[in-house]
Amino acid sequence: MSGTSWGRYPQPHDQRLLMLRDRDAPLPDFTGTALPHGNGRSYGDSCLNSGGTLLCTRGLDRFIAFDAERGLLRCEAGVLLGEILDLVVGQGWFLPVTPGTKYVTVGGAIANDVHGKNHHVNGCFSEHVAGFELLRSDGSRRWCSAHENADWFAATVGGLGLTGLITWAELRLQRVRGPWLNCETHRFGSLAEFFALSAAAERDYEYTVAWIDCAARGAAAGRGHFICANHAPAADGPRPSRRRLSVPFTPPLSLINRASLRAFNTLYYHRQRARVQQALTHYEPYFYPLDAIGRWNRIYGPRGFLQYQCVLPPAAAEAGMGELLARIAASGSGSFLAVLKVFGTRKSAGILSFPRPGATLALDFPNGGPATFALLDALDEVVAGAGGAVYPAKDARVAGARFRGYFPAWQSLQPYLDPKFSSSFWRRVTE
Amino acid sequence: MRRILIVGATSAIAEATARLFAARGDALCLVGRDAARLKLIADDLGVRGAVRTATATLDVTDFAAQAAVIDLAERELGGLDTVLIAHGTLTDQNQAQESVDTLRREFDVNALSVMALLTPIANRFAAQGYGDIAVISSVAGDRGRMSNYVYGAAKAAVTAFLSGLRQRLQKSGVNVLTIKPGFVDTPMTKDFPKGALWAQPDAVAAGIVKAIDKRRSVAYLPWFWWPIMGVIRSVPEFVFKRVKL
Ligand SMILES: Cc1cc2nc3c(=O)[nH]c(=O)nc-3n(C[C@H](O)[C@H](O)[C@H](O)COP(=O)(O)OP(=O)(O)OC[C@H]3O[C@@H](n4cnc5c(N)ncnc54)[C@H](O)[C@@H]3O)c2cc1C
Ligand SMILES: NC(=O)c1ccc[n+]([C@@H]2O[C@H](COP(=O)([O-])OP(=O)(O)OC[C@H]3O[C@@H](n4cnc5c(N)ncnc54)[C@H](OP(=O)(O)O)[C@@H]3O)[C@@H](O)[C@H]2O)c1
Repeated sequence: MSGTSWGRYPQPHDQRLLMLRDRDAPLPDFTGTALPHGNGRSYGDSCLNSGGTLLCTRGLDRFIAFDAERGLLRCEAGVLLGEILDLVVGQGWFLPVTPGTKYVTVGGAIANDVHGKNHHVNGCFSEHVAGFELLRSDGSRRWCSAHENADWFAATVGGLGLTGLITWAELRLQRVRGPWLNCETHRFGSLAEFFALSAAAERDYEYTVAWIDCAARGAAAGRGHFICANHAPAADGPRPSRRRLSVPFTPPLSLINRASLRAFNTLYYHRQRARVQQALTHYEPYFYPLDAIGRWNRIYGPRGFLQYQCVLPPAAAEAGMGELLARIAASGSGSFLAVLKVFGTRKSAGILSFPRPGATLALDFPNGGPATFALLDALDEVVAGAGGAVYPAKDARVAGARFRGYFPAWQSLQPYLDPKFSSSFWRRVTE
Repeated sequence: MRRILIVGATSAIAEATARLFAARGDALCLVGRDAARLKLIADDLGVRGAVRTATATLDVTDFAAQAAVIDLAERELGGLDTVLIAHGTLTDQNQAQESVDTLRREFDVNALSVMALLTPIANRFAAQGYGDIAVISSVAGDRGRMSNYVYGAAKAAVTAFLSGLRQRLQKSGVNVLTIKPGFVDTPMTKDFPKGALWAQPDAVAAGIVKAIDKRRSVAYLPWFWWPIMGVIRSVPEFVFKRVKL
């Protein structure tokens, strides 16, 4: 347990770690402020608390009960989504919503109200949370669900850990026939093509997402691969590779630079010869391609990296994405994996939940100092102008005024904030 | 399917080990001091696949209460074929140097209680003609060092006891495994700064299950402690006494 975030920027300072192991125990004593910390898979500073305490929840990793008839799972907040899959897939169940890594905790998934490639069908993670127990620093415990303490539920899902500690939760799982998915990959040449493909696929496919070449310029701009999938009824299929690679140390410089970026993106785009390709795929490489390489975040070198994820409302989506991609390509910065997805229209339950109707773009930038920050500020201009928002789970630098504009309801969280909880992120955007 | 008694079942290493057994569908009886935490662990093991779980509370230094708990485990599981003894306390060396009461208490918990438990268990296993006994000792028992020789001496006593017991039971078809972990990141060591030699309880647990299955005699976990301790044991005393360890 290192108490850092996935982007390795910013580095926390003067942060004390306390390991929790017993969900029924009172919170340990701490001075100053505390913040729950799951598996540190948030990129920026929303899971950090410089000058304060982190309540590390990975030791709260017990299952409580599993009703395999109805797909109801009770478990502690520090259980990883991957541990849930290991338990339930063989019994014909799956997570109704999963982010792009299985190394996140249930508590972290709730506190960021995470989304997946099936947002247009299943909405956010919180829609499948039957309830959870919230422990506050005053020692009080509340059961929160869409029906009971519903206001606390809405404050805590997407609540960035600021309303108290989630000790355990009950999740509603989704039935599947097995671990495989039928995937279809379409190569597209422009953003207009992407939006058309996405709209056409929404009704028939549970999962839709696109990889986009963020280094392409001019006529090639907006090209990429659109991938749609459904759980397969297959009785057998390919197994995931058991080989686990890992980045053994942090190289002194980022391995991601202008040249490697362009080369990779161009090769990746042309990897698929046919316009459409179909395959039966195991859920691990499909949902969690990056999990195959342990600690890949080190490739960005000692200065770390920044992820930028934004959403633009439907009316502004196509033009706005074009503008964002143009600015990124012109900068020569960007990432191997830029991801584009159209969200569904369901309303998210949390006061601060990020998903909303429109298109979302996510990509990584090596921390190149002031130039990177200036580029991200310029992207913010486009996002704010279009009436969009930036995802706090990925953020390390957005200006306070921007955040408050992206989440105009932020003040409704005030009455629910735990007076002894705070985070580096929260102080940065509200003080 | 194994029918397993775990003493010190709330220990981080024991819990991680129990999960591996549970996932294979074994039956487990969990013994420890804290009934509420034993229940949380038992529920978890049930979800993970244990065919049966039972719990019993025992302070291992309550020697008179030990026999009843072993009986209960055997009754609840319909027999016993595997025992893992995991409880222990990391002795405060300075305190044990000052107080004979501390010294005796530490020996009761870390050494005598283990031998006491193993006495009736060994006799039962010998009589039934099968069984696996696994006990967590420590690399600290391989050589006394100034920083923790009271703890080390208690573990050394356990190691010696197990080695004799292993010889005795070997003809009865009962295996005795001495587990010697190095540094493990658990509540016992929460105040230590962690470095490259530290292992996680999961990794140690996997080594324990493998060693039990393969009916090993001694398992250093992780394995690299075997050569390290080999070197430490072989340093001549006239040199060793000048080293600060
Ligand atoms: C490769 C990769 C892909 C990703 N893909 C996606 C994606 O597709 N969609 C998406 O939505 N996100 C995605 N993420 C982000 C990730 O899902 C979220 O940041 C998630 O919240 C991380 O969970 P964690 O357990 O690591 O929590 P942390 O990052 O440690 O903490 C996250 C927040 O949860 C709070 N928290 C943690 N535990 C508790 C608790 N028990 N009680 C109260 N609050 C708590 C913390 O205070 C913090 O505010 C991705 C991240 C990575 C690294
Ligand atoms: N961690 C290491 O680096 C390390 C290295 C070598 C060997 N070991 C050995 O590994 C074993 C497991 O330790 P761990 O690291 O998993 O630490 P742990 O989590 O602190 O476990 C120690 C366990 O011993 C129990 N215990 C202590 N006194 C007891 C008593 N009088 N009666 C009943 N139970 C008692 C504790 O019960 P409560 O929960 O009720 O307190 C706890 O469950 C110990 O034998 C230890 O000596 C550990």
